[in-house]
Amino acid sequence: MEAGLTSAMPTSRIAQLENVNVRFGKGSNAFLALDRTNLTVHPGDFVAMVGPSGCGKSTILKLVAGLLRPTEGHVFVAGREVGAERIGIGMAFQNPTMLPWLTIRENIMLPLKIVQPYAATFRRDKRTVFYDRAEGLLAKVGLTGFGDRRPWELSGGMLQRANLCRALVHSPKLLMLDEPFGALDQFTREELWSILQELWMETRPTVFLVTHDLREAAFLASRILVMSARPGRVTEDRQVDLARPRTLETTFQPEFTDLTNDLRRLIVEARQAKEPAQ
Amino acid sequence: MTLSQRSLDHVKSASFIVLLFLAWEVSCVLFGISPIVLPPPSTVISTLIVQMPALWPHILQTLLTTMVGFLLGMVIGVALGAIVGVSRTAYNVAYPLLVGFSSIPKVAVVPIFVLWFGSGTLPAILTALTTCIFPIVVNVATGLATTEPEMEDVLKALGANRSQVFWNVSLPRTMPYFFASLKVAVTLAFVGTVLSETVAANRGIGTVMMMATASFDVPLAFAGLLALALLGILLYAVFAVIEQRICGWANRKQEFAMG
Ligand SMILES: Nc1ncnc2c1ncn2[C@@H]1O[C@H](COP(=O)(O)OP(=O)(O)OP(=O)(O)O)[C@@H](O)[C@H]1O
Ligand SMILES: [Mg+2]
Repeated sequence: MEAGLTSAMPTSRIAQLENVNVRFGKGSNAFLALDRTNLTVHPGDFVAMVGPSGCGKSTILKLVAGLLRPTEGHVFVAGREVGAERIGIGMAFQNPTMLPWLTIRENIMLPLKIVQPYAATFRRDKRTVFYDRAEGLLAKVGLTGFGDRRPWELSGGMLQRANLCRALVHSPKLLMLDEPFGALDQFTREELWSILQELWMETRPTVFLVTHDLREAAFLASRILVMSARPGRVTEDRQVDLARPRTLETTFQPEFTDLTNDLRRLIVEARQAKEPAQ
Repeated sequence: MTLSQRSLDHVKSASFIVLLFLAWEVSCVLFGISPIVLPPPSTVISTLIVQMPALWPHILQTLLTTMVGFLLGMVIGVALGAIVGVSRTAYNVAYPLLVGFSSIPKVAVVPIFVLWFGSGTLPAILTALTTCIFPIVVNVATGLATTEPEMEDVLKALGANRSQVFWNVSLPRTMPYFFASLKVAVTLAFVGTVLSETVAANRGIGTVMMMATASFDVPLAFAGLLALALLGILLYAVFAVIEQRICGWANRKQEFAMG
């Protein structure tokens, strides 16, 4: 039956969650983190997920990335049930986790060492093609000349730029971003929005972005999912049709502010809905 | 800036040692302490130099015994640490055992080794091994077992298999733990060797010190202590240099964090 489902899934969906339940804990401590979630994401979508803390946003990312198995239901990525095949998903967290014994460039090239077809020629290409690729990305995020530095020589914002490069270096079909700009100041954050948008528009990977910043979601996403608190559920699924490339001016337009206000109201409702249960 | 800071620290450390020896010398003279109780450092040092030809074979014996015990401890320690660190189950099962094993005073195992293998070099090697192995096992296991969860997620999402995670992340990040443990282990191995030598051997610094105290040759006993301390410092320094060469990044990171 599963095989039938797999082959029947149209290729216009890169990721799909089918009646997914995720339960954590055992016995009396068990609780439902994600409740009968259905979600279909098309190639090239930029999906932002917002919602109260603990509602299961990171859990959805982990499901799609194959880091977590659903308790019930099915997760499909690129037409196959997750776990069947690795497709080299790019991932970036709030904590940049650059390896201190490598240079920034070596850190950025790490995925090329692991993901095929790059890994097969890594030894040969690391000084030529891959080197240029890393340099190109560094230039795009404004880190030209920092390739030979060590992670401890860079500021938090610079590390997060490098982190973006590492997540994108192997041109992944899927990019998972879990609050990547959460620890940055407002100005750096807005600058990185534009950079990320540019990178996305170039290669059009499918992006899942988890964020607490509603302006960030509205600025970057083509689709915003609002989730309710425990048990997590997608309560609102919104297309964002603002023209691209979006700029800081976009954020002052009434459509933009209306959208962020709507989102804020929805999340406040989602939070209030959980109070009596606690 | 950090370099001059460090050489300044070296100067401070050296002058502290000199001051300590001076205070020792002065109090010996000032309070008229008998050299049978506490010989002044000048006597200790001259004894060490004068007796060097006689002491040398014993120093060599102790050094070799220590190194053999230490190298064996390193090999076995790394193997055990790898097993314990790679599997969570092994970690949970083996840890209490390791703690129990490490809390046994090593002086208590010497008679058992002697019972099994007779007196001499072999029990000394085994005592050195058992004394130094614990920090190596614990540090290697800790280094391997504690990869940042986010880093692990990034690699797994990329599709990395266990061996790729091991070579790219677990192994390099274990290196500083490993070398830190070697510095400690090599001095501990010394303690083990000398311990065994004082109980059951006819060669080695431990034996010399036993015989010296038995015949009230206190300056010679102190000369033995001094020789031990110097050897300990020497071996520690050797491993500190190797550590700095291989995983200097770990130190520089710290320096940066401290400003
Ligand atoms: N490994 C785990 N074991 C037990 N409970 C977990 C685990 N991972 C997540 N949870 C729980 O599942 C729920 C959803 O977690 P998740 O990390 O997806 O939340 P989130 O929406 O990302 O929250 P935040 O915005 O604070 O990051 C939370 O209540 C959390 O406590
Ligand atoms: Mg989260």
